[in-house]
Amino acid sequence: MIALAVAVSCPIWAIVVPLVGAALTMLWPRRATFVGAAATLTTLAVVTALTARIAQTGVQRYAVGGWGAPLGIDLYADGLSAILLAITAAVAAGVSLYGLRYFRAVSVLAYFWTLWLFVWAALNALFLSGDIFNLYVTLELVGLSAVALVALAGGGAALTGALRYLLVSLVGSASYLLGVALLYGQYAVLDIASLGAQVQPDTVTWVAMAAMFAGLMLKTALFPLHFWLPAAHGAAPAPVSAVLSGLVVKASFYILVRLWLQLFPIAVPAPGQLLGALGAAAILWGSIQALRQERLKMLLAYSTVAQIGYLFLVFPLADTVAAQTAWLGVLMFIASHALAKSALFLCAGNILRYYGHDRVHKLGGAARGEPVTFFALGLAGVSLIGLPPSGGFIAKWLLIEAAMASGQWWWVLVMVTGAFLAATYVFRVLGDGLISGTVSARRQVVAPGMAGAALLLALGATVLGFLAVPMDELRQIGWPLVAVRGGQP
Amino acid sequence: MTWGTAVPLGIVLSSFLAGLVIFTLAEERVVLRTTLNLLGAVVKLTLVGVMIVGVLSEQYYTVSLPLLPGLNLVLQADKLSVLFVTLSSGLWLVTTVYAIGYLEDSPHRSRFFGFFSLCVSATVGVALAGNLLTFLFFYELLTLSTYPLLVHRGTEQARQAGRTYLVYTVFGGTSLLIGTIWLYTLTGNLVFAPQGIVAEIAEQHRASLIAIFVLLIAGVGVKAALVPLHGWLPQAMVAPAPVSALLHAVAVVKAGAFGIVRIVYDVYGIGVTADLGLADPLLALACVTIVYGSVRALYQDDLKRRLAFSTVSQVSYIVLGTVIVGPLASIGAFVHLIHQGIMKITLFFCAGNLAETLGIHKVSEMDGVGRRMPWTMAAFTIGALGMIGIPPMAGFVSKWYLGAGALEGGDDWVILVLIASSLLNAGYFLPILARAWFARQTAPWPHERDFGRAETRWTLLLPPIITAALALLMGLFAAAPWSPLAYAQLITADEYGP
Amino acid sequence: MNPFLGYALSGVLLIGIGLYGAIVYGHLLRKIIALNVMSGGIFLVFIALARRAPGVADPVPHAMVITGIVVAVCASAVALVLSVRVAVETGQAALPGDHEDRA
Repeated sequence: MIALAVAVSCPIWAIVVPLVGAALTMLWPRRATFVGAAATLTTLAVVTALTARIAQTGVQRYAVGGWGAPLGIDLYADGLSAILLAITAAVAAGVSLYGLRYFRAVSVLAYFWTLWLFVWAALNALFLSGDIFNLYVTLELVGLSAVALVALAGGGAALTGALRYLLVSLVGSASYLLGVALLYGQYAVLDIASLGAQVQPDTVTWVAMAAMFAGLMLKTALFPLHFWLPAAHGAAPAPVSAVLSGLVVKASFYILVRLWLQLFPIAVPAPGQLLGALGAAAILWGSIQALRQERLKMLLAYSTVAQIGYLFLVFPLADTVAAQTAWLGVLMFIASHALAKSALFLCAGNILRYYGHDRVHKLGGAARGEPVTFFALGLAGVSLIGLPPSGGFIAKWLLIEAAMASGQWWWVLVMVTGAFLAATYVFRVLGDGLISGTVSARRQVVAPGMAGAALLLALGATVLGFLAVPMDELRQIGWPLVAVRGGQP
Repeated sequence: MTWGTAVPLGIVLSSFLAGLVIFTLAEERVVLRTTLNLLGAVVKLTLVGVMIVGVLSEQYYTVSLPLLPGLNLVLQADKLSVLFVTLSSGLWLVTTVYAIGYLEDSPHRSRFFGFFSLCVSATVGVALAGNLLTFLFFYELLTLSTYPLLVHRGTEQARQAGRTYLVYTVFGGTSLLIGTIWLYTLTGNLVFAPQGIVAEIAEQHRASLIAIFVLLIAGVGVKAALVPLHGWLPQAMVAPAPVSALLHAVAVVKAGAFGIVRIVYDVYGIGVTADLGLADPLLALACVTIVYGSVRALYQDDLKRRLAFSTVSQVSYIVLGTVIVGPLASIGAFVHLIHQGIMKITLFFCAGNLAETLGIHKVSEMDGVGRRMPWTMAAFTIGALGMIGIPPMAGFVSKWYLGAGALEGGDDWVILVLIASSLLNAGYFLPILARAWFARQTAPWPHERDFGRAETRWTLLLPPIITAALALLMGLFAAAPWSPLAYAQLITADEYGP
Repeated sequence: MNPFLGYALSGVLLIGIGLYGAIVYGHLLRKIIALNVMSGGIFLVFIALARRAPGVADPVPHAMVITGIVVAVCASAVALVLSVRVAVETGQAALPGDHEDRA
């Protein structure tokens, strides 16, 4: 029994199981739903076992095929990886449940499961990669399969959105790859930990870092490089938007965090302040655009642009006395945004099905017609604004605390303004739904599983508000200890 | 799990769980919903009873849950929290009965009662909060759970009122959040403690502490309807009568006033507040609010709007008593927290009865209504006389202690404010009473409904009669050992020492 | 001058040309070709920088470049398929807001 538990908790299964699931759904399209559900459940079990193992015994390493670095592939899993794996699994549970009932045409259904399980496998592989080149390959895999998922919706808007997303994504990863080439030329290692031990603040390293950061910022859609995101996230099918906004943009941000934590040579405040300033601009610009949108899905997509801005506020705070608070805050933010935003996109999918449209000012009576969806919308919206009880509240508390403790009060003003704007656009939707309105005749029934999936994710965002302490314990496992940065683990 | 942890947890969960179940009930499950509502209220009240006995015999009730590294969500009972929790739980039971009658045939009742229960859970959470984080947590939850109640009617006007409410409360919540976090970065601690937690750093961080105080008071001042943060309250009267009762007496406004009490006494301590020069501006603000609310109330023809401005004025008595240094004023503040709640809920119940039975919404329509609805108007009269502060009503007791406290604290001019306010109170309540009892009915009632021999539905009549009787008894037996006054004296002994 | 530095600099030049093309040209085929020029430049930089000691080739960059080429081929294939679909659906081989720049 113990041997089985140890075998199951090996990191490789978190990649292999969804990958096999993806292959089987492609070979066996008529049974795609069944295979997809089975693969989802198995992956959930495997990720749970892996996370538990990391929590109990610390950092895990695994050499695929026994080859080992530098030619072989090493998997590496610390607390940070575990947190991202767990967030992905939580969102995946909701998306898979939703996917059971959302698609009607068998062909699209099979493609969805294949691509979605493939994205999941690629995401898990990304979070388990310990060297900068593997990160490139997995990032490219995530990007390509995400593009294909967007195109699933068919039609001009989705196809052009997907193509723009693809071109941007390729430029972004090419830029990242250039940085990898320069770093390898300089240090002749790829492993992040070994690189971190050798890295020097010379010109080539700075250029490499700049290239990698620029590429990843483009892929994370940080203002002003966000232009591709609303079209792609707004036009994709609802569960795909949930995956893109909830998880995919977080993958490139995760690489940024890894690079910053382990590679960035000797702290200077300028890059952190610059990234923070872009983040602040993203918060304000994205929120104002979200306020102006007529369609719910576009509103949510611009809200993602804004929320991504909050993630980048960690960088100006990460070199201060409040570093640990800021890092926990940003991880909490990743988790709460992943759950809340995916819940909101699933709600938008339900509303789209129920009304046949998602125009924000014509949602009167939604609270009565679709009570479960509407309740989920409210809960997830609360987390998005950052009101208690929710993960979003804890995340904002921690980030504001870090900004105050390090004396950088201007970020506090930005975050507070962002929360105001978020409250305005969330309650614009909720207020319309609560007042009485006439529901058009062409409404359709939303399957209970679809409403349930949205509610599940929204409840997850709420419950997350009570998980900050366990998350912090998990985070500290294998947390890179950089003495010069100040702050203790 | 021991009694020490189970009781505070049970007090919060009794209504919370009931609320969750009620959400899932179908609209027509009236009996089950009513049973759950009353069961939750009775269980809560029983547990509060247990807690009162426990706290008086120096039992320690606390339960905590880690929320952030180094910061817990703490529910605990001290004498002050028991005061507020008793008020809310008691009035919640009465309001539930009233709401069941009031909403007998309106739509979305499961949603209404679900949020109604969440609202009171948040309120008892505010009451039992053991630190500022917990207070903030439940304070925001209270905002969220009252919003759907406010817009319950689903009209454009209700939506507008809801929007105004949100603008004010989100502003207040943000201000409170920033103040709380700022305080935390200075003290590393947010516990409510007698005489406060900032005395040690008061010299070093004088300017920061003043700024934090302003932020915190602005945060809770929104719900307490301190001028100029009161704008949402008169608009909120579009909500159904039970919601108005909830806003004005049981939950929202009271949570704000309670927050001011907590911040002044248990975060800063009254001594430090005065040393930092913060007591006098707050006192002045309270006086302005008292006079302003009363003056505005004079000119309202809409009955509920008049009552709303009256609340703006009356709640600031609590603030006034809080910031005057000295035990007598504090006693006045604590006892007014209870008295105002009971008297104002009576008035709102009566206003609801008039609207529901006869379609009366305006003061000018009330001519001769005393003959048509004698019981309702009798209750109204007791509440109104109490608000004016005529002996031996409950309001007289609070005003007496506030006045004596002002003299004791050396703020003699406050007496003038109290007298002016009492005259104004009389100015806007006595004409209503005169119309109801002595004027002759001139026009038919706007929208009369027939309830047979009784003047209205018994579920609507019973609650105001009970609360009016309570208000009368509290005034008559203020000297009794079990009266709110005696209890307020006990609390004050903790802050000022024996 | 070190010949490898020359390779590296031409690689950088190619990256520049590719990036310029990808941004400036509207026609989808041109964009895709430009992106391929760009990745070609990156591979050249890789190979040029990877020579550690004289006469000894480092196998790791080779492995990486081969992987990179595979990824680039796949990405180009996906991009081409999508472009064809976009051209069929919208009637023009460019993204909305861009010109087909046939001239």
